[in-house]
Amino acid sequence: MAAGVHETTLGLDHRKLAMWVFLGSEFLFFGAFVSAYILYLDATAGGPNVDIFDIPFTSISSFVLLMSSLTMVLAHNAHVRRDMRRMRMWILATAGQGAVFLGGQVFEFTVFYREGLNLTESPFASAFFVLTGFHGLHVFVGILLLLSLYSLTLTGKVKPNQDLKTEMIGLYWHFVDIIWVIIFTVVYLIPELAMGS
Amino acid sequence: MSHSTTTPRRSVFSRPTAETGFSSWITTTDHKKIGIMYFFTVLVFFFLGGVESGVIRAQLAQAENSLVTAEIYNQAFTMHGITMVFLVVMPLSAAFFNYLIPLQVGARDVAFPRLNAFSYWMYLFGGIFLYSSFLLGGAPNGSWVGYAPLSLDSVSNMAFYAIGLQLLGVSSLSAAVNFITTILNMRAPGMTFMRMPMFIWMSLVTNFLLLFAMPIIAVALFMLQFDTVFGAQFFNPATGGDPILWQHLFWLFGHPEVYIMILPAMGIVSEVLPVFSRKPLFGYAAVAFAGAAIGFIGFGVWAHHMFTSAIGPVARSAFALSTMFIAVPTGIKIFNWVFTMWGGKLRFTTPMLFAIGFVSMFTIGGLSGVTHAVVPHNAQQHDTYYVVAHFHYVLFGGALFGLISGIYYWFPKVTGRLMDEKLGKLHFWTWLLGFNLTFGPMHMSGLLGQPRRTAILPAELGGAVELYNLMSSIGLLVLVVSALVFLFNLITSIRSGVASGPDPWDARTLEWLSASPPKHYNFDTIPSVSHRDEFWHRKYAEDEAGQPVAVPAGASSEHVEPDAAHAREAEVGDGTDAAHDGVDGGHIHMPDPSYWPLVMCLGFLPLAYGLLGPTPWLIVIGVVWVIIGYFGWVIEPVAEGDDDDPVVEDPAATRSGVAAH
Ligand code: HEM
Ligand SMILES: [Cu+2]
Repeated sequence: MAAGVHETTLGLDHRKLAMWVFLGSEFLFFGAFVSAYILYLDATAGGPNVDIFDIPFTSISSFVLLMSSLTMVLAHNAHVRRDMRRMRMWILATAGQGAVFLGGQVFEFTVFYREGLNLTESPFASAFFVLTGFHGLHVFVGILLLLSLYSLTLTGKVKPNQDLKTEMIGLYWHFVDIIWVIIFTVVYLIPELAMGS
Repeated sequence: MSHSTTTPRRSVFSRPTAETGFSSWITTTDHKKIGIMYFFTVLVFFFLGGVESGVIRAQLAQAENSLVTAEIYNQAFTMHGITMVFLVVMPLSAAFFNYLIPLQVGARDVAFPRLNAFSYWMYLFGGIFLYSSFLLGGAPNGSWVGYAPLSLDSVSNMAFYAIGLQLLGVSSLSAAVNFITTILNMRAPGMTFMRMPMFIWMSLVTNFLLLFAMPIIAVALFMLQFDTVFGAQFFNPATGGDPILWQHLFWLFGHPEVYIMILPAMGIVSEVLPVFSRKPLFGYAAVAFAGAAIGFIGFGVWAHHMFTSAIGPVARSAFALSTMFIAVPTGIKIFNWVFTMWGGKLRFTTPMLFAIGFVSMFTIGGLSGVTHAVVPHNAQQHDTYYVVAHFHYVLFGGALFGLISGIYYWFPKVTGRLMDEKLGKLHFWTWLLGFNLTFGPMHMSGLLGQPRRTAILPAELGGAVELYNLMSSIGLLVLVVSALVFLFNLITSIRSGVASGPDPWDARTLEWLSASPPKHYNFDTIPSVSHRDEFWHRKYAEDEAGQPVAVPAGASSEHVEPDAAHAREAEVGDGTDAAHDGVDGGHIHMPDPSYWPLVMCLGFLPLAYGLLGPTPWLIVIGVVWVIIGYFGWVIEPVAEGDDDDPVVEDPAATRSGVAAH
């Protein structure tokens, strides 16, 4: 496809470069929220603290999200091999796992709400919900991107030789996964270990 | 070979084709047109910001004055600061980025032309949204720094600030991604990093600063908004929220923001001074690296804005040190500019005068800044008019002088006409006078204890302070007259200025290689670059004594590559280049216009108003609208190649139909 025609200074496609640049900025976005969360770990105003987390449950949904990175790679591979049937299958699988993760998050949020942890409860609660909520929003956008990619391959708008599109969405998806690994570690695991010891 | 000409079938998804008239402007994806749109929008907001400073200065012209209420005063200085920072200086820089970056790197457009249009519309709507607050219950009134928890107060109108700045942030961020990609990836063949024009260097650093600073303010603003609208507790001390967190986040953004405002002006001055000193920029590498160093260190000094907050003595000393350290690369630049002029054949044109004005006024502002770094001094000066004087010397005497220098310098490039020199000089001298008269006395009144952000000038500060304030207010009147001179000059020169030809200043950089105004596609052939100051080297060779001698047009000197010589014939010549062997503009693929950026941005308006909290339905409408806009954008037929394809550099490749799909 086009990549061969266009001379670029760095020899990289513009869109890929732009995606890297953009994700660099996203790192700071989540970095600032994570810092606020750490600052507010103990600012629970007498409400629930990190003990409320259900680590086994969240571990499972985190695992599902991590596996979706694998299916994303498979989708891209299939696209590179021009195997659109498989590509679509893996795209759906990726989106599906993303949806499972989101579902888990919604479930978790409702449980927390019932147990008295809500946005307005304490700085700790606000920091938790806003940080994980924005991550969830990113997953949601990712699912929308995957589904639109899926339907655009059906209508022929995304062609077998345009694997760059899949690669781009993949970059974004992997990024969202990596951010989750960081959030899961910092938000769920480390306080738990610290409290447990 | 674009679809719009070969496909007769037109649907909603067909791309618009208008090249003139109103619809050509609202659908344009041409970086030059977008740059011009930025410029004129900035003029409007500069007028509004000026009116607000008028309110401030009228109120403070007399001690114990009661012209306006404290509430109106608060709105005036808040909106003044927001306007000048986010709606004037930053977008004016963006106007220069838009117009110049592709031309200076020898490209036909930016990497993502539609995203570029998107940035402009986000800026416009962000500004309109902010100003609509005046009609919808009152403008933001908690200063442009929006300190929580004050900004959470129920009588504050800071929700408009929280959301409006978010829109502007989206604009800046998408522009930054676009310009970084353009600069890194679309340089003409041979343009290495060390051959880039200095303005390109400074643009690159600025856009990286934007890239890393905007998400931080975005986070702070989200927290503020969640606190005000949804009852979150980020900054509520009653439940353990920490107001200092706001300050950290704000200034972690805010200090780099100062460099976001000043670096583009530094880039402009680094182009203007060499041209009118007829010498290359002194210490090119030092200037470039000093710019990059400023960018880095700029992220490590933020807490000098918080010396009077509870941040502890260790943090205070560390930030005092880093702050003094950042003066070093800044000083390097100033010396390099001075050495550029040293021994040069100076031409005191209007752009040159403004550039010299920049160097001197910015130096004053920089020096008074260093005094802030000294913690005990800071404690004395904090939140007095001394600070107001300092940052206006940097932002007005610095950034704005530099940007105005750029306006005079590139005006002939954009319009093909010269601005009137007599009026330009009148503008400069009255501007310089008015500026110093307005802000110079503030150093004194500040040291004598006049607090900033207070509506009443207390009489007990004494007659001297009253006199200084009266001087400031008269200074503003001089500035107003000066601005009118500028506006008159601008309008008459656009209409009937003297024709400038393609290279009126004997300039050095690539943009002057193209026609004035440049053609839609900028260059007939993409120039290949073998020197820093490429264009100058195409015009001059050096004789045995190392003195420059003009190369007659058409002759190729040894160090000009064949390709470059070809381009020189085509471009420097007499404008008959269109027919030049096969270079035919019709075959150069340019991105078609599109209305989707506008459509998509319009969706952000209901979304933004919805986030203020009246009804969630507005949010839903906004989100759906944005998504529809996004899909329209994605499905829109693209003339050839792929979505937002980089421009095909080689017309031959286009003609052979490589992009067959
Ligand atoms: C047209 C001439 C201008 C005049 C007469 C003027 C005057 C003033 C005055 C009197 C204040 C109030 C200071 C206080 O009470 O704390 C102020 C604030 C401010 N000005 Fe200007 N200014 C002008 C242009 C500019 C420009 C070009 C910038 C560039 C960015 C700028 C940026 C600011 C900022 C950031 C504030 C702080 C507002 C706040 O505290 O929220 N001003 N200006
Ligand atoms: Cu600072």
